[in-house]
Amino acid sequence: MQDLNNIMEPSPHRILKITHETQAEFTFRVDFHYPSRHGQFCMLSIPKVGEAPISISGRGEDWAEFTIRKVGRLTDGVFELREGNNIYMRGPFGHPWPVEEEFEGPEQNLLIISGGTGIAPVRTTIIYFYEHPEKIRKLYLIAGFKDVSGALFNEEREKWAAAEHFHTIYTLDNSTAPGFETGMVTAHINKIPFEEFGGNYHVAIVGPPPMMHFSALECMKQGVPAEKIWVSYERKMQCAVGKCGHCKVNETYVCLEGPVFRYTTARTLFD
Amino acid sequence: MGFHVDRSRMDEILGELSKEYKIYGPRLDAQKKRVRFGKITSVDQIVTDRQSDYSAKEVYYPILQVMFYFRDGGVEKPGLDDDKEILIFARACDINAIKRTDSIFLKNGGTEDLFYKRLREKVHFILMECAESFENCFCASLGSNVAQDYSMAVRLGKDSLLVSVKDDKFADLFKSEEKEEFEVRFISENKKKLRIPDISRANLKEVSDLDFWKQFDDKCIACGGCNTVCGTCSCFDTIDVIYEEGSSEGERRRTWSGCMLEEFTRTAGGGRARKTQGANMRFKVFHKFYDYGQRFGEGHMCVGCGRCDIRCPKDISFFDTVCELHDIIEEKNN
Repeated sequence: MQDLNNIMEPSPHRILKITHETQAEFTFRVDFHYPSRHGQFCMLSIPKVGEAPISISGRGEDWAEFTIRKVGRLTDGVFELREGNNIYMRGPFGHPWPVEEEFEGPEQNLLIISGGTGIAPVRTTIIYFYEHPEKIRKLYLIAGFKDVSGALFNEEREKWAAAEHFHTIYTLDNSTAPGFETGMVTAHINKIPFEEFGGNYHVAIVGPPPMMHFSALECMKQGVPAEKIWVSYERKMQCAVGKCGHCKVNETYVCLEGPVFRYTTARTLFD
Repeated sequence: MGFHVDRSRMDEILGELSKEYKIYGPRLDAQKKRVRFGKITSVDQIVTDRQSDYSAKEVYYPILQVMFYFRDGGVEKPGLDDDKEILIFARACDINAIKRTDSIFLKNGGTEDLFYKRLREKVHFILMECAESFENCFCASLGSNVAQDYSMAVRLGKDSLLVSVKDDKFADLFKSEEKEEFEVRFISENKKKLRIPDISRANLKEVSDLDFWKQFDDKCIACGGCNTVCGTCSCFDTIDVIYEEGSSEGERRRTWSGCMLEEFTRTAGGGRARKTQGANMRFKVFHKFYDYGQRFGEGHMCVGCGRCDIRCPKDISFFDTVCELHDIIEEKNN
């Protein structure tokens, strides 16, 4: 968190590296020294273009990464930026994944289900457990993409697939490609051996709202209790600190109480 | 303590006050069409025979504020125009409304909004006594017919006014004025009596799913006028502007926004969280009569000024909507 006296004030941060993940998704590595937690987001902005909430998709001691999909006014501007340019930032904000509090433990299992760019907000969690096998029994990852051209973090995903304590299922909605299964993520949830976990597991789901809804329902159909499921919401935000009102869902502010919610809460939120 | 003051003498006192205060009241705007809160130099400028079209919030939460200048690769925030304090002639509803925006800007999320705070801290009210309720008022149903947070109170008469001084720092200004007993009277009832719907965690979804809301899908044209005139609506958009094409120098502004606007929940990907005007109306009613109380534990958000009903170009009455919702819920409960 930067200037606490002015929570709306962004500061310039240098872009260290730009990785072209797909045609429509770039990862920007940005100079960043503030502490952050898994699943938090920053408000990224470009003067004259605007500001938007973007999840932290990677973390180093003095940098943070943001994987951005080219879909809006801000992101169009972002895609014109080059290494060495500045991007303006505020944050990090929001309620993180409960990695230390709930997910980790030598007996614990974690199932992560992601849809499309939804893999970005769980990437730091995946990397954390990849690098710390002692902190988890097994991590299951079901990552779905529309098609092979939209598949993100290809090299990394191959490494994850090879890890002994990882079990990965990569799937494309309607097409086939080497290394991928076919079908929506929901079609693969029944392959997860929930009964082997002895109750020691959690599920984290992130992607488009219908994908999260149906994934949670499918998990519950497989016997997963709602309190073991976590989701992360994407909302329009203009402040990220509970003032602008855009992300409000009844009495809940997604920027403050979210973006990560336990499903017992998430399922009570409606528009 | 009360004073009897001629209008012309009061103007002299306002002149004296204006050295340290910017003085605002409900007055005709430049087009002489709408009554809005603007700077005044004479009590004759204060419109009393009709309700102001806009609330007092535009004084301390302007429609447009520059938050930052982007300059030389950095960010600069603008200072205030001057150090003057702010005095606002306002009715009880508006004095109560500022508590609602205080909750959002100064309490919500445990952070304070600097741009709001630095103006808000300067605000002092001169309570304008309501001789009688206007046609669309329903403040008494919400307890906002009474206000206590004011520095002075006035009863505006034809040639003179009665002034009650509550804040001692203003007492000196009236020391040579004729004393007259004056105790502020608050109106105790309005012609309109709001039936407040019993919305709770238990029936939230059921009430939200009512067909009742669908009537607004076509009726409401999403102009956001109701949000604009409301003293308790506080939502905003941020907008960046650039001074010259190709230059990185520009500014970030914030402007009023509102939940009744179509784009309010649209994300970069194009999706809208609330897709219909019915859903937006449902959201607004819940915010004013459920969410706010849940979050801040201090009654309802709406202060019952009725301005939204006057403003709506499609004659949608928020008052009627809330009352009808009450009746539907009550019927279901019985």
